[in-house]
Formats: sequence, structure tokens, C-alpha cells
Amino acid sequence: MNIYAIRAIYLFEMARTWRTLMQSIASPVISTSLYFVVFGSAIGSRMVEIDGISYGAFIVPGLIMLSLLTESISNASFGIHMPKFTGTIYEVLSAPVSPFEIVTGFVGAAASKSIILGILILATARVFVPFEIAHPWWMLAFLVLTALTFSLFGFIIGIWADGFDKLQVIPAMIITPLTFLGGSFYSINMLPPVWQQITLFNPVVYLISGFRWSFYGVADVSVGLSLFMTLMFLLICLFGVWWIFKTGYRLKH
Amino acid sequence: MHPIISVKQLGKQYASGHSALEDINLDIHKGEIFALLGPNGAGKTTLISIICGIVNPSHGGVTVDGNDILTSYRASRSLIGLVPQELFTNTFETVWATVTFSRGLFGKPANPAYLEQLLRSLSLWEKKDSKIMALSGGMKRRVLIAKALAHEPKILFLDEPTAGVDVDLRRDMWNLVRKLREQGVTIILTTHYIEEAEEMADRIGVINKGRLILVENKHSLINKLGKKQLTLHLQTAISALPNGLDHYELELTGNGSQLVYTYDVHAQHTGIAELLKTLNDHQIDFKDLQSSQSSLEDIFVNLVREHA
Ligand SMILES: Nc1ncnc2c1ncn2[C@@H]1O[C@H](COP(=O)(O)OP(=O)(O)OP(=O)(O)O)[C@@H](O)[C@H]1O
Ligand SMILES: [Mg+2]
Repeated sequence: MNIYAIRAIYLFEMARTWRTLMQSIASPVISTSLYFVVFGSAIGSRMVEIDGISYGAFIVPGLIMLSLLTESISNASFGIHMPKFTGTIYEVLSAPVSPFEIVTGFVGAAASKSIILGILILATARVFVPFEIAHPWWMLAFLVLTALTFSLFGFIIGIWADGFDKLQVIPAMIITPLTFLGGSFYSINMLPPVWQQITLFNPVVYLISGFRWSFYGVADVSVGLSLFMTLMFLLICLFGVWWIFKTGYRLKH
Repeated sequence: MHPIISVKQLGKQYASGHSALEDINLDIHKGEIFALLGPNGAGKTTLISIICGIVNPSHGGVTVDGNDILTSYRASRSLIGLVPQELFTNTFETVWATVTFSRGLFGKPANPAYLEQLLRSLSLWEKKDSKIMALSGGMKRRVLIAKALAHEPKILFLDEPTAGVDVDLRRDMWNLVRKLREQGVTIILTTHYIEEAEEMADRIGVINKGRLILVENKHSLINKLGKKQLTLHLQTAISALPNGLDHYELELTGNGSQLVYTYDVHAQHTGIAELLKTLNDHQIDFKDLQSSQSSLEDIFVNLVREHA
């Protein structure tokens, strides 16, 4: 195991985060805070409770999830796409590092950044909305699993994309809509029965539901199912990364 | 002694179907400077990229110090440093950060003293905290060399290291190469400047259209393929070659004041004596004569033309 290489890649990627602190941390925190101000404090006080939870508190897990998903994908995809684009990837490809070490470095850094971000948003939310976390360890587990899974997903996108514009496509066209429709702002029990069924095809529903359960002990789908689905996504992404390195897909000619 | 790099029946076909390398067999000896010459698109970068693990071979294999580049890639790659042909550099990172990164990536523990000495030897120490994007092209080239040497490799690949580099840097670079060789580092370089190969290399390989058409010790190459020219400065200019000299490879230059005779150094029979005698018979007098040997450049041009 080339620990020095993992460390080098990880620190290099994290240095990029600190260098772009405004863009990478401050801006998502600010934009999410706006949601809490508007929906949590201003409008939220006039909304009815959902499952016995005030509306402001209800949307906290979903909004954290939204940032977690989009930021994990964009961090990881940018992190690997940049060296591919500038050509500096030659050094990683010529180094005595295994695919596992490369992925650990890049994805580990992207996931770390998302986790830091998630916790910062959580802390910011607490300023605007009062809430308690029922299962803090589960909350952390869902946070870490989701950050990891979607950083892996971002890594795949970063390798697949042949231009910077494509990096934005999947987060903007797929992840954001699925998150908005996945129960960030409402409980899926509030939907008409047909839509309740259709919504179950939206994978993000399981992520948000499980995460919300860790906060308030209530969920749209069972926690076991949420955990199972999260682990499934993780597995699928791991398989995708394994395949990329096995075939050299868009990495090596 | 087994070769430090052994390339066996190596072939590469790109996805486009283009065959960039065909049946390359090559042994590189430990501690030598090997120059790879060839026109644009010959396959030099492809060959280097395969040995370094950047491009997958289509068939055949390579071992580096006995380690197969695919199955024992850790061992083989740890030995190699690569300076790529293109200026692939990070933009926002500092020089210090990027060489530190390279050393770690190749599995070596931090060694600031070594890196300092390395940067100093490349006149980069003053720039260590500069962002790479703020450096000139020549400075970026030095950074790439520093990155390649950051993990103290035993083998160094220099893919056209002197392209677009000024005289000073070129001299520094060759001094560095000599110093590395003294330390036992094997160096493989590609270049379009044949004087460079002539001056630096121990052995030379010529590659054309994906085929290695020649590998030779530099001196024996010049000897073997070299042609000599004998130039005769005539006492009085002549307008045409007299009859009876047609079978000599003669050329009349300098408005008829010089006769140039081209002959093979290794021919049993250079024909000089007969030529001089025949000239004498025709009463062509000369006041001076000089002979010269063809350079590697001439040899190279001839070779590539032959295989075109
Ligand atoms: N990624 C690629 N896909 C398809 N063809 C390629 C690729 N890279 C190189 N080639 C082709 O392979 C051949 C060899 O290229 P290579 O870069 O190895 O040449 P070279 O000898 O290094 O040339 P130069 O002196 O210009 O650097 C060229 O015809 C080139 O067009
Ligand atoms: Mg080249």
C-alpha cells in the first residue's frame, strides 16, 4: 500500500478546497441558509407541522442532503476532470499507485469536503430553526455514506465527461430535480396515491427519508430500506470505478 | 548484466486503428544515455508512454529491471521518472507544493533537504513559492524536470527536453544529465536536435513509422554509415568534368573551382589514388585538398529517407 501517495493526493485535493474556500464552502452554506431564513423562519412559521415536526425543522435533513449530493458530485468530478483536462494526469498514471489508492485520495478528499460542508450547514440551520437530533450516530453514518457514494459517482462523471460543461449536466438535470421531488420539502404521504407509488422510483427518496429518520425518528420508508438502498448505490458506484480502471476507460489509450 | 529496460515485440494500435508501434525490440543498458531519434509521429512518445504506464500496449511486453510493467507495475514505475514532451503543469499550485506532491505520489517519505538541493540545482529555489502559472515556459520545463526527479528515480525519460528552450537552460540541462549519469541514472531521451544526440548519447535508436530501424553505438554508427568527402580546390576552374571520370561520384562546385568526391570510409577500395592519377592524366591540377566526415544528421536524414 502506497500510503504516501494516498496522502499526497488527498492533501493536494484538500489544498484546492482551502484555496477556493469562498466558492467551495462559503457559497453553498450561504445559499442553504437562505432556504432556512425563507422557509424555516419566515414562511415556515405559518405552515402546518408535518408528522409533528415544525416545517422549518422538517426541511433541514432534505436541504442538507441536497447540498451533500450536488457538492459531492461536483467536487469529485472536478477533482479528477481537471488533471485529465490539463494533462497533468500523466503523473498519476505513471506513478506506482493502485486504482484503490488513487480513488481513496481523490474520493476521500471530495467526501471529506462534503462532510465538512454538511456539518457546517447543519450548524447554520440550528441558528435559524430549533431542532434536536434523535440518532446522532446514525445521522453521521448516513452523512458519511452519502458523501462517499456520491463522491464516487462524481469521480465516474469526471472521467466520463469530455468537457467542463458536461460536469454540470448530471447534477443540474438529474440530481437537483430528483432531490426536490424526493421529499426535501414535503412528506411523500402528502402526495396523491399514484404519485406516492411513482416517487418510490426516485432513489433520492430513500436517502432523504433515512436521513430525516436519524433526526426525528419518523420516515417515509423504513430505515432498513433506506440503508439498504444507500449501500446499493455505494456498491454500484464502486463497481463503476472498478470497471473504469479495469478497462482504462477514458483514462488510458 | 541484464538490461535495465527490455522491450519485447511491442506493438501499439490506437483505438483509431492507427498502428503507432510495430514489433519493437530494444534493450536499454544500465547507466547509459540512450537517444531516440525519429521524425514527427514516428512513435517515440508512444513508446515512452507505454514503458511509463500511461498508454496500454496492444501486444508484447516490457520489463524494467526485471519487473513486468503490467504485473509488477509498482516496482517498475518506482524506478522511473518522466519529463513529458508537453508542458503539462498545474496552474494554481506553487513549485514547492507540486514537487512535494510528486515525491509522495511515488511513495517516498518527505525529504525537504533533498528537494531543496534539487530545486537549487535547477535554479528554481527562488521560485519555490511562486504559482506555476506565473512562470515562463522554460521555468515550467524545469519544474517538470524537478517533479520527475523528486523521487530519486534510477531511470529518467526526457521526451524532447530541449524543445523551445534557450541556450542557457539547454546547457544547464545537459550538465544535469551528465551529473545524473555519474550517479548511475539511466537516461532515455528523444530529441530533434541531432547534435544533441551526437554530443550526449552513448547509443542511438532511430525510429520511423513505428518501427525501430536501427540501434547502434554512436561512434560505430557514424563509422559504419558515415561517408567521407574529399574536396579538391583546383588550380584553374573547369567548366565540365572531363570524360573518363563518369564512374566516380564527383560533383563540380564553386563555379568549377572545386571538385567534391564522395566515398565510403569502409569500402575496400576508396578509389582516391586512381582519381588523383586520372586527374593528373587530364592535367587538372589542384592547390589544396580537404576531407570531411558526414555527421549524424546526414546519416539520420538518409536513413529515414531510405525507409520512407
Ligand atoms: N491518443 C492517440 N490516438 C490516436 N493516435 C495517436 C494518439 N497518440 C498518438 N497517436 C498517433 O501515433 C503516432 C505516433 O505518435 P507519437 O506521439 O508517439 O509520435 P512522436 O514520435 O512522439 O512524434 P513527435 O516527434 O511529433 O513528438 C502518430 O501518428 C500519432 O498521430
Ligand atoms: Mg513525441
